[in-house]
Amino acid sequence: MSALRIVNGRVYDPINDVDGEIREICVADGKIVAEAPPEAKRIDAQGMVVMPGGVDIHCHIAGPKVNLARKVQPEDHRHDVHPRTAFTRSGTGGTVPSTFATGYRYATLGYTTAMEAAVPPIGARHTLEELNDTPVIDKGFYILMGNNVLLMQFLKEGRLEDFRNAAAWWLNATKSYTLKLVNPGADGAWKGRRNANITRMDEKVPEFEVTPRQIVKALVDVAHDLGLPHPAHIHCNNLGHSGNFETTLETMRAAEGRRAHITHVQFHSYGGEPGRLPTSKAAEIAEFVDAHPNISCDVGQVMFGKSTIMTADAPLAYLLRDYTSDRRWVNADTEHESGCGIIPFDYQEKVYTHALQWAIGLELFLLSKDPWRMVLSTDHPNGGSFMSYPKLIRLLMDSEFRKRELGRVNRKAVRNSVLMDGLDREYSLQEIAIITRAGPARILGLANKGHLGAGADADITIYEENPDKELMFSAPRYVIKDGRLIIEDHEFRCDHQGRILHVAPAYDSAVEDVIRPFFEDYYSIQFDNYAVDAHYIPRNEVIPTGDDG
Amino acid sequence: MSENIRVIENATCTFCGCVCDDQILTVDMDAKRITKVQNTCVLGRAWFTEHAHEDRPEAIIGGKEATTAEAVEAAAQILAAARFPVIYGLSDTTCEAQRQAVAIADMLGGNIDTTTSVCHGPSGIAFEGVGESTSTLGEIRNRADLVVFWGGNPAESHPRLFGRYAVTPKGMYVPNGKRDRTVVLVDVRRTKSAPVADIFIQVKPGKDFEVLWALRALVKGRPVDPGIEATTGVSLATLEDLAARMKSCRYGALLFGMGLTMTRGRHFNSGALLALATDLNRYTHFVAKPVRGHGNVTGADNVVSWQTGFPFGVNFSRGFPRFNPGEFTTVDLLSRGDADAALIIASDPASNFPRAAVERLGEIPVIVLDPKATETGRLARVAFTTATYGINVPGTVYRMDDVAIGLRPAFDSPYPSDEDVLMAIKQRLEELTGAGKGAAAVAAQGTAAGPAA
Amino acid sequence: MVLIAGRTSKQGTSLNAGKLKDEYREVTSTAEMNTDDMGRLGLKEGDEVRLRTAEGEVVVRCAARDAEDLPSGMIFIAYGPPSSRLMGSDTALSGMPISKNFEVEVERVGK
Repeated sequence: MSALRIVNGRVYDPINDVDGEIREICVADGKIVAEAPPEAKRIDAQGMVVMPGGVDIHCHIAGPKVNLARKVQPEDHRHDVHPRTAFTRSGTGGTVPSTFATGYRYATLGYTTAMEAAVPPIGARHTLEELNDTPVIDKGFYILMGNNVLLMQFLKEGRLEDFRNAAAWWLNATKSYTLKLVNPGADGAWKGRRNANITRMDEKVPEFEVTPRQIVKALVDVAHDLGLPHPAHIHCNNLGHSGNFETTLETMRAAEGRRAHITHVQFHSYGGEPGRLPTSKAAEIAEFVDAHPNISCDVGQVMFGKSTIMTADAPLAYLLRDYTSDRRWVNADTEHESGCGIIPFDYQEKVYTHALQWAIGLELFLLSKDPWRMVLSTDHPNGGSFMSYPKLIRLLMDSEFRKRELGRVNRKAVRNSVLMDGLDREYSLQEIAIITRAGPARILGLANKGHLGAGADADITIYEENPDKELMFSAPRYVIKDGRLIIEDHEFRCDHQGRILHVAPAYDSAVEDVIRPFFEDYYSIQFDNYAVDAHYIPRNEVIPTGDDG
Repeated sequence: MSENIRVIENATCTFCGCVCDDQILTVDMDAKRITKVQNTCVLGRAWFTEHAHEDRPEAIIGGKEATTAEAVEAAAQILAAARFPVIYGLSDTTCEAQRQAVAIADMLGGNIDTTTSVCHGPSGIAFEGVGESTSTLGEIRNRADLVVFWGGNPAESHPRLFGRYAVTPKGMYVPNGKRDRTVVLVDVRRTKSAPVADIFIQVKPGKDFEVLWALRALVKGRPVDPGIEATTGVSLATLEDLAARMKSCRYGALLFGMGLTMTRGRHFNSGALLALATDLNRYTHFVAKPVRGHGNVTGADNVVSWQTGFPFGVNFSRGFPRFNPGEFTTVDLLSRGDADAALIIASDPASNFPRAAVERLGEIPVIVLDPKATETGRLARVAFTTATYGINVPGTVYRMDDVAIGLRPAFDSPYPSDEDVLMAIKQRLEELTGAGKGAAAVAAQGTAAGPAA
Repeated sequence: MVLIAGRTSKQGTSLNAGKLKDEYREVTSTAEMNTDDMGRLGLKEGDEVRLRTAEGEVVVRCAARDAEDLPSGMIFIAYGPPSSRLMGSDTALSGMPISKNFEVEVERVGK
């Protein structure tokens, strides 16, 4: 593979404590190296900023749920076309882009890794097919286990060994990255109790007599015991409901000091009475996260404009339907594993709740004392498209711009947030590098991503400095992936296929003797046909699991 | 039968959308024939046993026998010269082949459409207007205590739908199987599916929409005029009873077929049913499921959707995907005479399309990929004999409920797979059109040189 | 009368054997009518009938069904080339031609 030498650029590499120094970055054979061979292509990054490629820790870009969301709203993408070129396939965009467009557009923003956040294990094969058609970026996905019926049964019966081995079996069978929980324990109520829901951490879930708190703790413990690089990834109960910040704090406490990742925490930071208008509890949440180093979060920022709600939190999606004029609603139950709800959505500046959500996200960023553990996401496309990341970055870096934007939104929402109370903080480039690259990579346990030290994957983004940060981050001059120049002078030079990143934790294969009968009795697919084989991971990398997590 | 026997367990049948993956095949490896099939239905048995090795030429060009390589060249020439090439079919092949077909359409600026457009395409259109509450088949098996079949005859089209998935099997919350379920069948005639039903409702032809809309009203507690009986053939009392059952069940399922999509109203009929299922979720948990015909039509939907953003009827002539049923669907493109070349994969439109469309197929150069001889093959300029998916060829298919399942082929075929042929055509097209100039720089799998100058 | 084209078991099994073979042709050339209609038209089981629409006409053989199962005025045929030949190509911009519940003229062939 060709070698590169990037010179004269200001390097932001927080993991290696490089904060805007002019440094040379060398690439050979797809990796960052200390010294490049003499024939290396020279890239003069004078006046430019050099960062590791972006890492999206939580997005929805591939799999059964995403494809339903594409299909249900052709109007979402028909005006946002993605023409083919000599090197690249065509596609469509909008908030749920087609797979080729997804990969190319992430690359266009300088992102080189993205993690699909929620896949029912039976949907792994489908998800891998879509990810294999998602070019350039490296990718992985999280499997939904917080409502897995067999795991619930083991938990109910106190069979913790079987619980752990089954979870590990599932990670291996699906080639996935970690255990995901969404509205843990509530599926049984939704599917089996006429669309009911669970609202309390200590409420017993139907049929299994276990509580969301127990489910959270059990999966946090398993992720720890298996030494997964990324801990249990949790979408707490009561997403979106006023007063839910208590549930969020309870969920974080349930981890009992072990690593846990609370995702799109903005949606879980509301005060107020259930059923009444929400208020902001961002300060309380940020404070708790700061004080508990075992907890990491991604914000789940809301950005005004079109979005698509797509979530395994089926009751939430159904509830939201009544707040939209577009009455379309997709519900998709997956046997023994999960639910799913999809609603086309729109966040509006003048609507109190939307404006407050937007403000709360910004509060979380600006109040957080540890950017390593409060990283950037919009829960794409739930809070907004990943294409809005540059604008979000500008909101964080440019307090004047932020003030002007605040002036446009619902006044009452602004009064209920602390953004106007002298919250003038502006993120530095280094802090942006932390929340978009270094932090997510570290939280994910990806040792070769998010930094530019020797041995790292040569995923590099070079931005032209620009006082307009939105412009700067929306169009990198160069994007390098695995040492290949994918984008040069703002143009695509070639296509590229990234890798599936997955874990393969050890487990006792005797657990198959307890899983198989469950399949035979209750699943509609044969046990022997369920696990995904190597055909679906033509390019992959196994991320090691550690002994002590 | 020879001594060289192989038994394959957990094989996947792809004849219909049930995609049963519990088939046990006994294969005579010398004769290249499946001699016995267990866990199957009459259609599956015919599917497996009749797709034995047939002595056919690799290809036929202009009526004369030819090699696959010669046919690839001829096909590429036809497609490269065409101004409005249409690719159609794809429901009886693997996802791996479907992806190649979309790639070709993208490269050529052509049109791609699947048999969905003449099957549950209208349901897809309705989906875009209403959405859908749905589930995997295992949910219906384990939870559904009310199952309503509408406009379909599963006993003859999807024989194991009753037995493996929706009626007979015991489930986690349906421990006594059929005894714990109420089965309703709605159709214009009493078919072989009727004996399975506890309640059979006969509707006048073309009146499903009115019945569904009346049910929506009754579910919402609105009054319906008793004159509905004269219009639809179904009494108000029957409808009130059905609405009450639907509201009071624990987990209901509506499985519907071509009786709704192929009759006047089309997507409005499907839409009415989907809306009814959605409405019922105010009172209980209710799902709807279009019963898909061919083994991998659902795969075609999924592949085209994820690669283009749209499920069928996709046109690339402006360099990006555009979707418009009626404009870019194949029956229309052919009937209007827009298409000037056609690549038909794993489908037989000459048998199943209306006359005007079939006439156009007779006027333009047609390329066909099929394991068997068909009417479309007979009128084709270039006909490839390809291996049969699921019997000779491995790959991925999607069951009617969007669950992706792998194939376990039984024996090798001397013929190439659809995927092989399409990749070869694609490669030749890259050379002919120069469309893949960048492709040379790209190569496969991230190897190869650096950037183009 | 109103024509419905649909799948049957025999159509499904015979198409696997081959769509150009006799069994499939026979299956897709059989029109089911109820005994009342057949009586009205002077038909016996197996007689030939001509079905005609604006698109074209086909000659098929009739098979008897009970009036309780198949309503009067309705013909069922396993779908295939004969039924497709009768179908109009107007999809009303849906992509889907009408292949069920469309009107056909029915005429006994021969004496």
